[in-house]
Amino acid sequence: MNSAKRFEAVRMVFAILIALLISFVIIFFVSDEPVNAIVQLVTGPFKSKRNLANVFESMIPLIFTGTGVCIMFSANQINLAGEGAFHVGGLVAAVAALKIALPAGVSPVVCLLLSAVAGALLTAIPAIMKVKTEASELVSSLMLNYVALWFSTFILMQFICDPATGAASYSIPDAASLSSLMRGTRIHSGIFIAILVAVLGYLFLYKTKVGYQLRIVGENEEYARYSGISIIKVILVSQLLGGFIAGLGGGVELLSPIYDRFTWTASLGYGWDAIIICTLAKKNPLYTPFAALFLAYLRTGASIMSRATDVSFEIVQITQAVIILFVVAEQFLSRYKHKLIAKEAKEALKEEEAA
Amino acid sequence: MEKQAVLRMEHIMKIYSNGVVANEDVSLDLEEGEIHALLGENGAGKSTLMKVLFGIESPDEGKILLNGVETVIKSPQDAIAKGIGMVHQHFMLVSSLTVAENIILGVAPVKNLFLIDKKRAIQEAEAIAAKYNFNIDVTARVEEIPVGVKQKVEILKALYRGAKILILDEPTAVLTPQETNELFVQLEKLKENGHTVIFISHKLDEIKKICNRATIMRNGKSMGTYSVADMSTDDMSRLMVGRQVVLEFDKKPANRTETMLKVRDLIVHNSQGVQKIDHLSFDLKGGEILGIAGVEGNGQSELVEAITGLNKNYHGAVQIRGEDIRKKTIKEIRNMNLAHIPEDRMKSGCAGTLNILENMFSNQYDRKEFSGRLFLKSKKMQQKAQEWIKEYLVKCNSYKQNVGMLSGGNIQKVIVAREFSTGPDLIIANQPTRGIDVGASEFIRKRLLEFRDAGCAIILISADLNEVLSLSDRLAVMYKGRFASVFTEVEKVQEELLGQYMLGIKKDDRLEGAMYE
Repeated sequence: MNSAKRFEAVRMVFAILIALLISFVIIFFVSDEPVNAIVQLVTGPFKSKRNLANVFESMIPLIFTGTGVCIMFSANQINLAGEGAFHVGGLVAAVAALKIALPAGVSPVVCLLLSAVAGALLTAIPAIMKVKTEASELVSSLMLNYVALWFSTFILMQFICDPATGAASYSIPDAASLSSLMRGTRIHSGIFIAILVAVLGYLFLYKTKVGYQLRIVGENEEYARYSGISIIKVILVSQLLGGFIAGLGGGVELLSPIYDRFTWTASLGYGWDAIIICTLAKKNPLYTPFAALFLAYLRTGASIMSRATDVSFEIVQITQAVIILFVVAEQFLSRYKHKLIAKEAKEALKEEEAA
Repeated sequence: MEKQAVLRMEHIMKIYSNGVVANEDVSLDLEEGEIHALLGENGAGKSTLMKVLFGIESPDEGKILLNGVETVIKSPQDAIAKGIGMVHQHFMLVSSLTVAENIILGVAPVKNLFLIDKKRAIQEAEAIAAKYNFNIDVTARVEEIPVGVKQKVEILKALYRGAKILILDEPTAVLTPQETNELFVQLEKLKENGHTVIFISHKLDEIKKICNRATIMRNGKSMGTYSVADMSTDDMSRLMVGRQVVLEFDKKPANRTETMLKVRDLIVHNSQGVQKIDHLSFDLKGGEILGIAGVEGNGQSELVEAITGLNKNYHGAVQIRGEDIRKKTIKEIRNMNLAHIPEDRMKSGCAGTLNILENMFSNQYDRKEFSGRLFLKSKKMQQKAQEWIKEYLVKCNSYKQNVGMLSGGNIQKVIVAREFSTGPDLIIANQPTRGIDVGASEFIRKRLLEFRDAGCAIILISADLNEVLSLSDRLAVMYKGRFASVFTEVEKVQEELLGQYMLGIKKDDRLEGAMYE
């Protein structure tokens, strides 16, 4: 491992440690039983089979949106409509499951494909606007999330709402549902799809021609253009694919044993979490399962802590925020980095002299 | 009696965060009231040393002594407070403000607690100008005054802040000969007033003319400090470059083949609507190098953009092997066996955050050799990357190293390897050796000649007159979007004559026979 990579790893570990430390300090200030709270936060997820299962359940949607964002951000397309794509994906999966009667083996496949396409269609809007009008995808995709949210609520209330409930769809038929893998937990077969998507995402970005084009555009658009790479194609492909994966994730989540009906009338936040995942995974989809596992662990712990003690769940938001701040802060530990590099350079000089 | 050293920089080492060792054990001492030349090629480390002195960069090793006392210079403000002033090559002036306002900017005289006292500002600016005999209208707006006067404003700005030591970074690069002479008179006066001047340059005759001593830098190291009177310009250039630059290639006579490139009546306007290329026409045949000399900004970049398809917004026609390229994409033009070494290697020639291998295939990853329908052939690419690293003598740990970590010369070699490995018939080389070391430059020049001998058509645009003079089979001088002149017997061209065409002093009207049929 060269010094640059080693440095990145050290920096990541430091960011996480500092963030946890700050969270602990805050817990000490606000809690009457800080030690218990911290113990719950750290060890809670391992306390029971159900708790541990919670970690893996909540990791699944994060892998999808995280991989989608990795692909879009690798091409330097800051499309934030992954959130909306996930939401719409869930909606379309529910509508398809309720309206299209298909046999058990086929139904989930069709529903998921449709939800993925819906996600891609959503993220295509900012992409096309960028190509046609040079509108910043950042702004348009951000706004689009609200459109997606309220559009989904409208469809829910208008077409699939079960009058017996307040704001929920009819129950999703069993034929369309993804099966649970382990009795007593809600870990479902979607985890295989998620990991497959992460691996395919990695292969796409790092082993295919189109992925190579994407990354060149992402690192230096001017250079890509000079090399003859079509920027328009990259803008479209990366954002459509990102939305496709996020939409698929939404579908998987909704058809999982976690949900019996479509009840999403508020933003679920997986699209935002994806940015954390992408940052921790350094834009490489292959690392998203690990980043998702870490985040899911942290959140499950926080949830257990908030139930068992007087510390609220939101403390984990602070932890996340601090991690992100330190990971993206270029200057964090830059002196240490400079020393590493200077040392290497000096050694190289000595070697040259000796030779 | 020995004069007192006002400043000593001892054993300065500066390593940039990309691993480049810009200064390696450099020492410099300044005597009071001298004009001290800092001499070296592009990339020798002059600017880095001055950035360390002016507090822009902090050194990794070494110390700075000011009047015998060790000091740490933390920032440019700190440097100014300690009596060090710097005039940058690119002026740092607010063009919409007046001369006086620029001079007092940041240290303005104040009345009524917070209002700028404009009257006193003008008085003080006039006073400082009068003190140093600068004949200057302090109420003029900076945008309205010529370059030479802007430079005076910069110098006054530094003096107003109490600079005793003045760093001038290539001050004559932007001046006319008359303005240069005027500057020299002024510098003599500063010297008499007890100021010390560091004069950064690579123009040997200027240094000969006004400097007392010179510190010569090469490759990040100091080659020593010498009394200028005791050395000839030959000595200086030898120390600067390391050896007599061999620009004598054994060049075979050009063996011209078919016409590769045809440019007819090309007109290009830039985005502001200014005409950059003015009815340009020329032909280029295989097996010949067309050199284009000229002061930067006279249409060279626009010409390259039109030929490579980066800019389609032009009038006239560009044909490669008889095919009009207006309707073709950049990729399609590249597929007509065109290679392009770009002017600005960091901006458009590479992605610093990608590794060497990833930077070597951006123009050819889709060849059958390197990819199937979907996937890249990683093994094959790795093997080729290693071959090219060897062939082009790229100094690196492995192909996995990020290009941004390499030195300028090695980055250029990566780019050249990528462009040349496609087997081009037409090469557009825009400043191919700018700012890179002598060895790498020579290597690239030799490769260009090899391609020419193999029948390739080459356009060579360069600010290095030695380079265009020694490589070109035909040499055109570009001035204001036109060819001011064309030389077909390049070996007989005098540099002075070339200079006159470059500056627009001379101009030929009829170029038909020499440029196109």
